[in-house]
Amino acid sequence: MSLMTRAPGWVVQHLAAVRALVVITMITGVIYPIVVWGVALLPGLHDRAEGSMVTIGGRTVGSRLIGQLFTDKSGDPLRQYFQSRPSNAGTGYDPTSTGASNLGPEDVVDTLPADPARKAAEIAAHKARDSLLTQVCARSKAVGALEGVDGSRPFCTPGGVGAVLSVIGPRDRTGHVTRPTRVVSVNEQCGIVARPFLTTYAGRPVECARYGGDYQPGEIVPIRGRAPATPAVPADAVTASGSGLDPHISPAYARLQAPRVARARGIPDDAVLKAITANEDGRVLGFIGEPRVDVLRLNIELDKRYPFRG
Amino acid sequence: MSTTIAAILFTGSLVIALAVAYRPLGDYMYRVYTGTGQSRVERGVFRLIGIRPDAQQTWRAYARSVLAFSVVSVLFLYGFQRLQEHLPLSLGFGPVVPHQAWNTATSFVTNTNWQSYSGESTMGHLVQMAGLAVQNFASAAVGMAVAIALVRGFARRRTDHLGNFWVDLIRGVLRILLPFAFVGALVLIAGGAVQNFHDPYPLQTLAGARQVMTGGPVASQEVIKQLGTNGGGFYNANSAHPFENPTPWTNWFQIFLMLVISVSLPRTFGRMVGSDRQGYAIVAVMATLAIVSLTLITVFQMSHHGTVPTAVGAASEGVETRFGVPNSATFAGATTLSSTGAVDSAHDSYTSLGGMIGMFNMMLGEVAPGGTGSGLYGMLVLAVITVFVAGLMVGRTPEYLGKKIGSREIKFAAAYFLITPICVLVGTAVAMAGDWGRRGMLNTGPHGLSEVLYAFTSASNNNGSAFGGLTASTPFYDTALGLAMAIGRFLPMILILALAGSLARQGRIPVSEGTLPTYRPQFVGMVVGVAVILVALTFLPALALGPLAEGIR
Repeated sequence: MSLMTRAPGWVVQHLAAVRALVVITMITGVIYPIVVWGVALLPGLHDRAEGSMVTIGGRTVGSRLIGQLFTDKSGDPLRQYFQSRPSNAGTGYDPTSTGASNLGPEDVVDTLPADPARKAAEIAAHKARDSLLTQVCARSKAVGALEGVDGSRPFCTPGGVGAVLSVIGPRDRTGHVTRPTRVVSVNEQCGIVARPFLTTYAGRPVECARYGGDYQPGEIVPIRGRAPATPAVPADAVTASGSGLDPHISPAYARLQAPRVARARGIPDDAVLKAITANEDGRVLGFIGEPRVDVLRLNIELDKRYPFRG
Repeated sequence: MSTTIAAILFTGSLVIALAVAYRPLGDYMYRVYTGTGQSRVERGVFRLIGIRPDAQQTWRAYARSVLAFSVVSVLFLYGFQRLQEHLPLSLGFGPVVPHQAWNTATSFVTNTNWQSYSGESTMGHLVQMAGLAVQNFASAAVGMAVAIALVRGFARRRTDHLGNFWVDLIRGVLRILLPFAFVGALVLIAGGAVQNFHDPYPLQTLAGARQVMTGGPVASQEVIKQLGTNGGGFYNANSAHPFENPTPWTNWFQIFLMLVISVSLPRTFGRMVGSDRQGYAIVAVMATLAIVSLTLITVFQMSHHGTVPTAVGAASEGVETRFGVPNSATFAGATTLSSTGAVDSAHDSYTSLGGMIGMFNMMLGEVAPGGTGSGLYGMLVLAVITVFVAGLMVGRTPEYLGKKIGSREIKFAAAYFLITPICVLVGTAVAMAGDWGRRGMLNTGPHGLSEVLYAFTSASNNNGSAFGGLTASTPFYDTALGLAMAIGRFLPMILILALAGSLARQGRIPVSEGTLPTYRPQFVGMVVGVAVILVALTFLPALALGPLAEGIR
């Protein structure tokens, strides 16, 4: 105290600040979280505070809250399991690397790989990148093929990339290119695609795109195409979640997968549809959140009742 | 039930819950800040800190205390991160690199909680709970203290005394934030939020793959992250992470938490200036702006305008299934209207106009309802500017709550409103001027500019949410955004306290026929108008190059 009365004002101020910080740190940074942890040891809370873990026959297989991949070693879907949504957490559903794609609504132009055969490696090295539109189109095509439905979507080519043109030529007064000198389908790489999705545009032949080609000066025009506005493959099947750990899929996506899962397990569709209903949650109180199906819970139930003999 | 009706009920139920909390919580906070009695714990704490709780401070002393506490907090948090490998519960993480440690320290002390790091791969449990989460409490209490000091400026007459910062700080933490946080943490755990001290551990999934599970004292930090309008997530995915925000109803609860203190503070203000209806007027301004904004962002997200959302058939990129698009939009609106900055979905992937509403909310100065404390003082400055504008129109000396708004007061208020736009626009311009800033953009074209504009808007207004595609962990962004956060927090605070000092010194002008009533709908409408016009004039050109260029064709 004697120091406090004799020291200059600014020193006193900082001494008080240091002491206040130490006291607040002890109370809110040490005692408070430990007391919360202690109370959460109570039965009923403890299981949740630990992460809502699921054990089967003594083996912990995951958390009820955290999604998982149901794919084989090469990343292909295991046909007997319901598939989770696409994920941007690490290489998929990695809790040590959570997050979203963060790609915007007009992210429609791919960065093409120098060597298409090594595309995956170039993407990993941030040298090539699929636009969000191409990711959506590719997923839609893949899911459509897996589930035996039409995977087409607006603004997607039949080949499963974004249907986007760079229309190059003089701009008119409103900034549009009405008399192009060149038209390039920017996401269709020469050599990969035999023929662009359009033969001509505004009277010009549509070219395929080449690595390193500068198509930025052109007007970027996405082409809607004739796909239905409500595609057969639901929205959650072609978009990744915010966390990359989404444990749920929409009831629509679950029902789309039911026949394939039933076939793989050699059981009637009805049995799978019943299991979906049993693992479906509606909106809380009827208006909070969205209807959803818990993928891990559903797959565990199927394994228990209709074991897969692959 | 249709999605639209469910969305309306979701937002409507939040409005009702906040309206119910307004009086009891506002009255409770009034008693906390005006009461003179001390609990035994408080007496002990004051003795430990070495202050006399009955000593009154001038605005200068109050401001010096705020700054001293904040400087010490930044230094401590910086050192804590740099030394974490030597401390327990570090999970084996090394020291945070200097520019990132500076950015994070400033970020949490300024109530911004911008995160240039990824929680699960950077910060050990001890730094999170005894460093970052502590500032979640402290920075929120600092904001409330400054707001209360300004209200005292309006309420008191012919005095230099604005209260005692240390008392206001400790009371805010111990009597308001801590008890509610404790209860809220248990509620979140009941929903599934985790609270443990596990190192990351591997397990074998149902399909036989390896998945590394993470733990941590999450619930205790999650609740104050929302209640204190902080927003810094334990994990990188923030409130989208199922361990932070496990269910649709915890999502509702988190939105409620981030709004409840800021919405109730006008009640405290009304009680302190002796007129409840002045509080109702202020909260009416907040509610009007907020409800319009929430409606717009929800409509934009649900109508999923734009190439990719049209291809998908919904704006579901970056959105969790359990929350869905409309509830996520409400969360995004609330987090940017308050100064929280937590995210339960990826704002970067929002529709162009939906994402713009988030930016616009922050550009409003985060006053509807704004951060804990900062929302109220921002709104009171808007009210001061409004009476000034009204005074100009009718040719009378402007006054507010019996205080004359003279040239000194209006200079403080005007300067307050210039600081953040300067930080936002100059910062964005500097970033766009060179490769150091442009390199960080993930998206190209107008959306890339939106990422940078969003970053400086978020930092300067102490929000903390992001268009997450921006690679912000570079020396340039860490340093520049750190500066924007510090300037955007402390210069306005000093001006607020100076304004409070100047108001407190005045007497009280009696109400006359020429006094503009500041509790009628007419005044509410005028404040709303002034707020929107100020923002539109300042930021429309920048918005036109980013989200408007992208979204309108």
